[in-house]
Amino acid sequence: MREITYRQALNEALAEELERDPDVFLMGEEVAEYNGAYKVSQGLLERFGPRRIIDTPISENGFAGLGVGAAMVGLRPIIEFMTFSFSLVAFDQVVNNAPNMFTMSGGQFNIPITFRGPNGPAHQLGATHSHATEPLYANSPGLKICTPATPRDAKGLLKTAVRDNNPVLVLEAELLYSSKGMVEPPDEELLIPLGRAEVKREGSDVSIVCYAQTVRLALATAAKLEEEDISAEIVDLRSIKPLDEKAIFDSVAKTHRVVIVEQDRPFCGVGAEVCYRIQENIFDELDAPILRVSQKDVPMPYNERLEKAVLPNADKLIAAVKKVCYA
Amino acid sequence: MQSVEQRDEVEMLSLMLLIRRFEERASQQYQAQKIGGFCHLYIGQEAVVAGAIAAVRDDDYVITAYRDHAHALARGTSADACMAELFGKEAGCSRGLGGSMHFFNRQNHMYGGHAIVGAHVPLAVGLAFAIKYRGEDRVTLCFFGDGAINQGSFHEALNLAALFKLPIVFICENNLFAMGTSVKRSTSLKQIVDRAEGYDIPGEIVDGMNFREVRDKIAEIVNSIRKEPHPAFVEIRTYRYRGHSMSDPASYRTKQELEKYRLDDPITRLRAQLTREGKLTNEQFDQIDKHAKETVLASVKFAEKSPQLPLDKLYDYTYANGAKP
Repeated sequence: MREITYRQALNEALAEELERDPDVFLMGEEVAEYNGAYKVSQGLLERFGPRRIIDTPISENGFAGLGVGAAMVGLRPIIEFMTFSFSLVAFDQVVNNAPNMFTMSGGQFNIPITFRGPNGPAHQLGATHSHATEPLYANSPGLKICTPATPRDAKGLLKTAVRDNNPVLVLEAELLYSSKGMVEPPDEELLIPLGRAEVKREGSDVSIVCYAQTVRLALATAAKLEEEDISAEIVDLRSIKPLDEKAIFDSVAKTHRVVIVEQDRPFCGVGAEVCYRIQENIFDELDAPILRVSQKDVPMPYNERLEKAVLPNADKLIAAVKKVCYA
Repeated sequence: MQSVEQRDEVEMLSLMLLIRRFEERASQQYQAQKIGGFCHLYIGQEAVVAGAIAAVRDDDYVITAYRDHAHALARGTSADACMAELFGKEAGCSRGLGGSMHFFNRQNHMYGGHAIVGAHVPLAVGLAFAIKYRGEDRVTLCFFGDGAINQGSFHEALNLAALFKLPIVFICENNLFAMGTSVKRSTSLKQIVDRAEGYDIPGEIVDGMNFREVRDKIAEIVNSIRKEPHPAFVEIRTYRYRGHSMSDPASYRTKQELEKYRLDDPITRLRAQLTREGKLTNEQFDQIDKHAKETVLASVKFAEKSPQLPLDKLYDYTYANGAKP
């Protein structure tokens, strides 16, 4: 194991998959000559050439659709959205064409495509550039969605996504690109299955269900809670779809109390789905109502103080945990 | 593989007749409520798909919009599989999961059947991208209607195809109406072909009621593309005799206009050409038409008695590994 950044981990995953399979190519805005808007594709043009590392004009609908078409005849495109906020321009391709093709063609055309890029609020980017798109896409059967929170998960999930025979969204996070973590050495194949959550910290009093950027928040908050004798278990979903129900239920059966901390908005969000499944399946295990900490239900304000008020933070999470623990 | 030269004109006339008889029967079955959803008929436009298909190889890629029954038939999908799809049966060309607007045939390189106007044009560019990526000499034929040319996806796709020099023929089947809106009311240009000029793509206008003109023009373009990949655009002027879909009485146009085009019918025209040249007798024509009618009638019987996809297979076609998420 060695310590690398989340950005490097993604870069390694891309390079390894490009190296392994000649049908894999990377396409998007500024991925080649500029080396990536967030430098995730640094050095790939030099290594793999312009046939496989392809700059596009600003035409998300066009190049996302191009990827879906290429996947129909067996290529394995990796389509980078500079941010998933821009994927909304290609919504029709991601939601209508990619996941529906397998059904509509009676199983003749599966679409082995990876859509990736940063997702979720960053810092003071305003309403159009701060979307957490996971609940929008999770509502589309046929898509798979993962949300790596650590460099290790980023590498292992992206590599698995590229090898999957279905359309997979790898939702990265701008604020995590420079974060560091331990990852297996490059000569060791690292594949992390989709649909498998991970307990990032063991605990006994409360389960904090989180994913993507909120994993870091949950881990930091757990350390503070420890000082107040509350032992929090941190369940990182890692994949939104398929959702690892078993990991959630196992943890809830152990702690009997749940707080969900999510980076998206509350209405029809990821937390709502997790909450529904817990009450449907293991209602009797609960000792307190489930609480969630999410964004406030407003378009993201630019103003820094207001933005902070919209986003989940340690104080909000601690308050929710104490409430479910009746502490 | 069948080469282009081998495609017999009488065979292509048979295809056009098969398409017409299929559509007439589909219309009847729709009215009898055997077919659900939307159903868009191709009657009047047969020379476009027949001419284009006659100009390409069997391994070239074909993709179209929702008025797709003819393209599937032209790509060798059986009338049985097409009619069964309309009936929603498992033996359908998309197992009854696609319906009228989503006909697919992977084996014969028919890539759909796409129902969001303009949304398949980027897919077509992706097919062409894959051809170039693999260094093959195939060509992609991308069919769409005059209604698609004002969608953003269409414009983005044309730009990408020109930028990447991809082997694709954009075939605009201009039947003068996007649903009920005439081209005059939808498009700022005097002629649709001028859209191509904005992307530095060569464009031509072709008479879509003339099978030979369509075939020869597409063949010429395809030959040029095989030598050196590039996109091309053809505006094929045609006409649909029926409404936009089964529920459209087409009251936005005059009887006189319809009659004018009917007199220039593409099947009648090719028949006359072949008869004049001594390549087809009236008896032969009647025989071909009879065969088309029988084939289509048999397809209705086949579709009627075919089973539906079992309910327990509901989740088998959502993910490629068949697992419920």
